[in-house]
Amino acid sequence: MKAEFSPRRRVFLYGLLCVLLIPFVFPTWWMVTSSVKPISDIFAFPPQLVPERYDWTTYSKVFELQPFVKQYWNSAYIAALVTVGTMIVSSMAGYAFARIRFPFANAIFMVVLLGLLIPSEVTIVPLFQMFLKAGMVNTHWPLILVPIFGAPSVFATFVMRQFFIALPAELEEAARVDGLGRFKIFRKIALPLARPALASVAIFTFLHSWNLYLEPIVFLSSADKFTLPQALTQYTDAYGGPMWNIQLAAATLTALPVLIVFIIAQKQFVEGLAHTGLKG
Amino acid sequence: MAVVPQTARPEGRSSSSFWTVARRDSLAGFLFIAPQLIGITLFVLIPLCLVFWYSLHEWNVLANTFSYTGATNYQMLLEDPNLPSVLGATAVFSAGLVIFNLSLALLLAVLLNQKLAGITIFRTLFFSPVVVSLVAWTIVWGFLLQKNGGINGVLLVFGIEGPNWLREPVTAMISVIVVQVFKNVGLNMILFLAALQGVPNELYEAARIDGAPRFKQFRRITLPLISPTILLTSIITIVGSLQVFAQIAVLTQGGPGLTTTVLVYYLYQQAFQFHFFGYGSTLSIMLFAIVVVLTFAQWQMRKRIVFYES
Repeated sequence: MKAEFSPRRRVFLYGLLCVLLIPFVFPTWWMVTSSVKPISDIFAFPPQLVPERYDWTTYSKVFELQPFVKQYWNSAYIAALVTVGTMIVSSMAGYAFARIRFPFANAIFMVVLLGLLIPSEVTIVPLFQMFLKAGMVNTHWPLILVPIFGAPSVFATFVMRQFFIALPAELEEAARVDGLGRFKIFRKIALPLARPALASVAIFTFLHSWNLYLEPIVFLSSADKFTLPQALTQYTDAYGGPMWNIQLAAATLTALPVLIVFIIAQKQFVEGLAHTGLKG
Repeated sequence: MAVVPQTARPEGRSSSSFWTVARRDSLAGFLFIAPQLIGITLFVLIPLCLVFWYSLHEWNVLANTFSYTGATNYQMLLEDPNLPSVLGATAVFSAGLVIFNLSLALLLAVLLNQKLAGITIFRTLFFSPVVVSLVAWTIVWGFLLQKNGGINGVLLVFGIEGPNWLREPVTAMISVIVVQVFKNVGLNMILFLAALQGVPNELYEAARIDGAPRFKQFRRITLPLISPTILLTSIITIVGSLQVFAQIAVLTQGGPGLTTTVLVYYLYQQAFQFHFFGYGSTLSIMLFAIVVVLTFAQWQMRKRIVFYES
């Protein structure tokens, strides 16, 4: 389908792409610009695409009404732990399923894959009861342990397995002949080669943890334990209606750092996700 | 040299005849998968058994009673007057989401696969909502979709009075679908783009020499060759659509009426707002059954629709 285009066709394609882009880009723009408008202007007609007046006090209210710094920290450290933990668990399991011959490997792999079929929503009731019995409700443990070891990490294991299967085994076999143990081969030879797969596992695991919503609202009940997604919706007035400007300011603070990292490293993000075992 | 020189290894275990290569491999394999296997047992298999066990019980949290009632919860499920609406909303939401998501993803991937300068900038921008925090994205769309919000403001500039999007049945459903599609379509777009780039160029050249029009090339060459990716993305997207919760909770709280109360949201309400843990578990079992059936059905369809397996 690749061909050089006539100028008219090129203009048409660029025009089409720009129109299609609106719903992808405008909401982020509208979030950032509305968050710095005074409250009287955020519903102004005609809509102000660029703020006419600025009001920065909204941002200080974000921090006054809730322990927002603490909540930011909660989300960040949980996502970091989950990401590192998942990388370790899934690369080890993925490597074993791809390379090591052990009894019942296929049967065990099937059982593990079952995790892909079970949305965490199915098991949320018993998980809540289990963590309640363990005294871990209103702590961050459920949000850390379940993603690292439970169903969400299965997808990562699958991706790692596919990657290791596609990786030529000659290097590792040579190392085995030299008498290196399995763990050393994994750590010194296989893992460094798996960097692209690990990067994409890291990216989607981080995003998954960062976006988690059902689990926090089920497991957490005090404001200083909340994670960001949960905290954003708590900026409400006396009638339970959202305080839009404050919600938008908090949403901007939540979204922008990740967005900036993405734009800097977009090549790794996009290609990492595209080229890891998902091709078929 | 296939034999490991035993004398070169000082540890006693390698010189013992018990630790053959196969045995050592088995041990290593089990140790490598142990964290995942224990985790799956603890956080997936046991909860799955428990949720079935709970579904056979009447569970009163306030009175702290937990009594076996057999299939009563399932009887209740069949007689639940809300169930038809909930299943209807779930079906409409999932079907709408999958169709809109996959067709938009394919369209964007085809456009991004053209030889145009600056195409990676477009790719980055189309993908960007994927990395925007889900609830932040939902909040700003909720803000845009208010009666006096940005979308109606723009419509009014053109003299059109827009509806109260999130408070009317049809527009509320369309809204939650659209918000979710624009958030995540970038993922499928990237998978399609990778698949399109894997189609050998010679096939198109041959078709062009034969005088096949572009549309025919797309239908006869592109679609069959990327069908494994279409199958994979449709499975991921359907299972994902059944898990959508945050968008509903933030945008519509299942309303107006029950029009956007999808199964996961209903399950959450029954279990964690009304504390019907037994009935909530029954709904969980139904959700599980739906996911299994849909995945299995699509896997079977593989033989019919997938022309080419890589």
